[in-house]
Amino acid sequence: MIIIVNLGCTAAWWLARSPSSIIKGLSVWIRTNRVAGSCAVRVLFFFNLAHAHFILKMAAVQGGLVDANEEKDIKSEPANDTWANNNANDGRLPSASPGASAAAGAPEDQQTLLAVLQFLRKNKLTESVEILRREAGLPEDSLESKGADSSGAGSGGAAAAAGEDQPDVNVVLSAYSQQGDPVLYPVYYSGLKRFIETVLDCHRAELSQVFYPLFVHMYLELVYNNHESEAKAFFEKFCGDQECYYGDDLRILSSLSKREHMRGNETLLDFRTSKFVLRISRDSYQLLKRHLQERQNNQIWNIIQEHLYIDIFDGIPRSKGQIDAMSGSLAGEAKREANKAKVYYGLLKEPEIELPLDDEDEEAENEEGKPKKKKPKKDSMGSKSKKQDPNAPAQTRIPLPELKDSDKLDKIMYMKEATKKIRLGPDNLPSICFYSFLNAYQGLTAVDFTDDSSLIAGGFADSTVRVWSVTPKKLRKVKSAADLNLIDKESDDVLERIMDEKTASESKILHGHSGPVYGISFSPDRNYLLSSSEDGTIRLWSLLTFTCLVGYKGHNYPVWDTQFSPHGYYFISGGHDRVARLWATDHYQPLRMFSGHLADITCTRFHPNSNYVATGSSDRTIRLWDVLNGNCVRIFTGHKGPIHTLAFSPNGKFLASGATDGRVLLWDIGHGLMIGELKGHTDTVYSLRFSRDGEILASGSMDNTVRLWDATKAFDDLETDDFTAATGHIHLQDNSQELLLGTYMTKSTPVIHLHFTRRNLLLAAGAYNP
Amino acid sequence: MADREERRFAEISRESVKFMAESSGVELGDDVAALLAEDVCYRLREAAQSSSQFMRHAKRRKLTVEDFNRALHWSNVEAVCGYGAQDALPFRSAKEGELFFIEDRDVNLVELALATNIPKGCAETMVRVNVSYLDGKGNLEPQGTVPTAVQSLSDDLLKYYQQITRAILGEDPHLMKVALLDLQSNAKIAALLPYFVYVISGVKSVSHDLEQLNRLLHMVKSLVQNPYLYLGSYVRSLVSSVMYCILEPLAASINPLNDHWTLRDYAALLLSHIFWTHGDLVSGLYHQILLSLQKVLSDPVRPLCSHYGAVVGLHALGWKAVERVLFPHLPAYWANLQAVLDDYSVSNAQVKADGHKVYGAILVAVERLLKMKALSLSQPWTPVPLPAMYCELYSFFGDSLAVRFSTGPGFGSYPPYAPSQLGEARKEAPGPASNPDTTRKMPQLTANLNISPRSLTRSSTSTSSVQRSRSCSSRSGQRPAGLSRDVFPKARFTSPQAGIPAFTFLIGGRQMGRRCQGRRPFQTTFAPTPPLPAVPPRAYAHKLPVIGRVGRPVRRWACSCYSLHLPL
Repeated sequence: MIIIVNLGCTAAWWLARSPSSIIKGLSVWIRTNRVAGSCAVRVLFFFNLAHAHFILKMAAVQGGLVDANEEKDIKSEPANDTWANNNANDGRLPSASPGASAAAGAPEDQQTLLAVLQFLRKNKLTESVEILRREAGLPEDSLESKGADSSGAGSGGAAAAAGEDQPDVNVVLSAYSQQGDPVLYPVYYSGLKRFIETVLDCHRAELSQVFYPLFVHMYLELVYNNHESEAKAFFEKFCGDQECYYGDDLRILSSLSKREHMRGNETLLDFRTSKFVLRISRDSYQLLKRHLQERQNNQIWNIIQEHLYIDIFDGIPRSKGQIDAMSGSLAGEAKREANKAKVYYGLLKEPEIELPLDDEDEEAENEEGKPKKKKPKKDSMGSKSKKQDPNAPAQTRIPLPELKDSDKLDKIMYMKEATKKIRLGPDNLPSICFYSFLNAYQGLTAVDFTDDSSLIAGGFADSTVRVWSVTPKKLRKVKSAADLNLIDKESDDVLERIMDEKTASESKILHGHSGPVYGISFSPDRNYLLSSSEDGTIRLWSLLTFTCLVGYKGHNYPVWDTQFSPHGYYFISGGHDRVARLWATDHYQPLRMFSGHLADITCTRFHPNSNYVATGSSDRTIRLWDVLNGNCVRIFTGHKGPIHTLAFSPNGKFLASGATDGRVLLWDIGHGLMIGELKGHTDTVYSLRFSRDGEILASGSMDNTVRLWDATKAFDDLETDDFTAATGHIHLQDNSQELLLGTYMTKSTPVIHLHFTRRNLLLAAGAYNP
Repeated sequence: MADREERRFAEISRESVKFMAESSGVELGDDVAALLAEDVCYRLREAAQSSSQFMRHAKRRKLTVEDFNRALHWSNVEAVCGYGAQDALPFRSAKEGELFFIEDRDVNLVELALATNIPKGCAETMVRVNVSYLDGKGNLEPQGTVPTAVQSLSDDLLKYYQQITRAILGEDPHLMKVALLDLQSNAKIAALLPYFVYVISGVKSVSHDLEQLNRLLHMVKSLVQNPYLYLGSYVRSLVSSVMYCILEPLAASINPLNDHWTLRDYAALLLSHIFWTHGDLVSGLYHQILLSLQKVLSDPVRPLCSHYGAVVGLHALGWKAVERVLFPHLPAYWANLQAVLDDYSVSNAQVKADGHKVYGAILVAVERLLKMKALSLSQPWTPVPLPAMYCELYSFFGDSLAVRFSTGPGFGSYPPYAPSQLGEARKEAPGPASNPDTTRKMPQLTANLNISPRSLTRSSTSTSSVQRSRSCSSRSGQRPAGLSRDVFPKARFTSPQAGIPAFTFLIGGRQMGRRCQGRRPFQTTFAPTPPLPAVPPRAYAHKLPVIGRVGRPVRRWACSCYSLHLPL
């Protein structure tokens, strides 16, 4: 196998690194997967126990679908459990301050841990049980006794429920078994509504945030307690009050009217397992609290305490516009502390490479006739690579593959090209070339260009991947092993000799997947191609032999997107299972699993410095993950629809995101803030790309247009703006029209990919839809 | 509330669940069925919800069967097989009983397996680049056009293209026929489709030449009928060409000697054919067509031939289109038309002749509207009740409308299509007591009517006529031959409204409708043509258009409401 070049045993490093993480409170264990023989070992990282919830939830959802017949067994369980919970809650209610609920978390953690252990044990993962038990410092018999309890008496509490087939679903749902008079629900709700309508204007917008989560939880409580008609009436009465951007969730909710339906409904589980986060100023919160306590409105107060997380800040209450800009995600806004971690967004230092610029530059001079410009450009290039960016991570923060000779050659090519790059700006817009996929009746689902724009690959709904050469250079395979033996390995053009001329063609088709190919990515060195598919696998293809090298199995559900790291070797993938995985090409198991999203991960992007990855999700949030330790370092909320594309600015400071709502949002990574909103597209934005210098942002959409935006201005405006990173309360001015530099129609072709060549020519691609 | 709920989601009724259970041999109680139905609805919604995700990731706007199957697959439900084909599934109703079903044709597997005409000329997927915008300014090519070079054509294809176009647009009718036939069945011309579409879009430049227009329309027909071609959104382009022929005041229509009417009729039929066979390829096509037809119809500045086209087009699109667009617009339009028809000056003669054309077209459209409406009365949601509609229409057309109904199946140019049985339904509507004449002629029908307990109990409203039309349709074969055509109107206009049925009352009572005065001549003179010597045919009576009516039986469309379509 001459194709896989081992880039150094970095995986050992990863594993060596892991124990130190454990000390930091992360628990790692390897469990043997007995289901799929192909991926025998998995590494699971739990950053804290809240994530255990997640694993269980996934299991529950899967289980709920498979083992419908087993559900009968657990029907009697929740009642006991919840009553216990209930009493506890009632007891501490009157005196409870918002902080108290957080403090009460410790025993809950314990319980969760037990549930995790039960789950593992049930799946006969005894080794894992041992390890986790040891990690958590639980006595050996803690589990045993509970287990015996449940099997013997059959009347046990939480642990007993956990011992059953679907622990989590029951625990989750049972929280809804709170009894209240169903007739009073609308009364409570409208009482609160009346109160909020009468408070001062400045508080009203803030308090109105409570409506939506409250509405959902009250509705679910009604449904859970089998008050179907009351639930429907409640929904009809108040669903009109909710913000329009929750429409999709409300539609799902309204279709749910039976307790049985709640099992296995992922949206619902999302809502229940994650606390809905609201940001409210202290004044407004006091107001609300006082009102509810005066009225003895325990029903609502219970919900607020149990299902809502209220992030209180000191300062001026936010305006309606400010709130609307940030809300819209499945689980409310991000907590403020979620975006506090330091992010090293700077670029890595470029390796020093001798630039044989001379002859080439003379040519350039002759061509362009602008010899003056040459000098300053060269200087800027040099200085960039020499000075270390203060915001950059350490060069060796994560191990990166060493540059090969061919990579260096490519870098040189890149720099040469870069000197011929066109400076773009509002007055100097890029030319656009459109790559139309014709006769793509099988359905084009994904496109990628190589960085040097020499190859284009398309993923299709008929499970094929097709690669085309965009240059006159045809695609050739390597000769067969027998023929390779005949080659003189010492000759200078050995790389040329190994290619088989007979196989030269303009395009190649790669067969291997068994479902639509949703994500596709070239490696930076153009030797490999990644494709992710509905069949749950990611495949690595060699572009020298045009065969599949590895099938990475780990996602057991459709994989929506995958991307190579800008430095090669690593790649990220995300899919329907809500977990993003970081892989290395020479490991068949993921190195990191990033879990936290509440719905499908729809798109994944590497930060230019390879230290971070961004994931966009159907839960309408964007998360930024640290590759080093797997932590989630940023959560961006504000989109009102599933996010389908992400793009980092070339300097690594900013992130742009596009969603089905047709809007493009701009984010400052360092401060963790939304800094711009670009409105204009009328349909899903499927593609975003910054120009090579980051001056122009191009967006391509389903509405058959490419739009160009003035990125420089968007980011500059921000810097003159005086905002405080501490509060994170942004004032977005609506300047989309000023920032829009142009709208370019295609010929009834949705734009699904954009790419700037090294000389800043914009390439767009899509399938012509006859 | 329940109403809103229903509009928001598809519901599966308890009865359906019971039927399905029965078909697999299980008896279900009412409450069980209700519970099941609700659960099925929920699961369906859930599946639809998750299938939309696959659509989004495939970067499509249209949810396909495949998306749905994937959603089923991932929720561990078996996929539904057999619905993945691109062709629209014909949804049929069984006349006896309120049953709807999807026509599932048998596929001869042996034939399929041994088929030799496997399409080979499938165009290969490829990437083509074009510079769309230079320096962010100016589009190099006009937007929205068909890309000029969709595929680099092989020499063979190019030759084929040239010969076909030459043959079709050339002089030799025999050659043309061969070319059209080949265009209709050739499996290898997918790559040429954009070119042909482009040629057809040339209708606008030959609007003076009826012959050429006709040939181009034939070309459309051949392309549409070719089973190997996937028209995709080229449908839009084809439709716009066809619409041009229907609606535009063609240069050729200046000369009254040119028979542009036939062209319009033909184009209208073609339009409906495209719509029924390929309408699903382009979303919102139906509404766009309706909108443009409506626009033309409501534009008084347009010449009458355009209006004629709009009416024929609506007629061809089906009675629902007529009900939606033409019927509400009729009162306004009538005034204009009447002014034209009442002007007897010599200078107006040509326009008046055109006016009669439009009049005739409207009459035919309206007539079928009434018939279909009566047939579909079992659906209670129709916005305008049938009696009111008949009433209003009668106020425009007077007797001529009634006459059209009475001249049932025996009439020479009538195709023996299904709804004509409705005519009988009308005839027997008066019931045995009111009109001995009728009963004498249709003994079986009346007998049946008397026996049926349902029709007796519910005979007070016009629904009864439907019941009867059903019952009579089931035994139409036994209908006595030589049914005379004059039974219906003349006898009853004078007779006072007798008995239960609605129609007697309507026609008798509304003889002098509020708007009918001006159109008196039509009422009286529009008599059934040959057999009754009582009223001599007026000068224009024979001029009345016979639109889209051909003696041949309808072959292609089993569904009766398209009966006016020519077999293309």
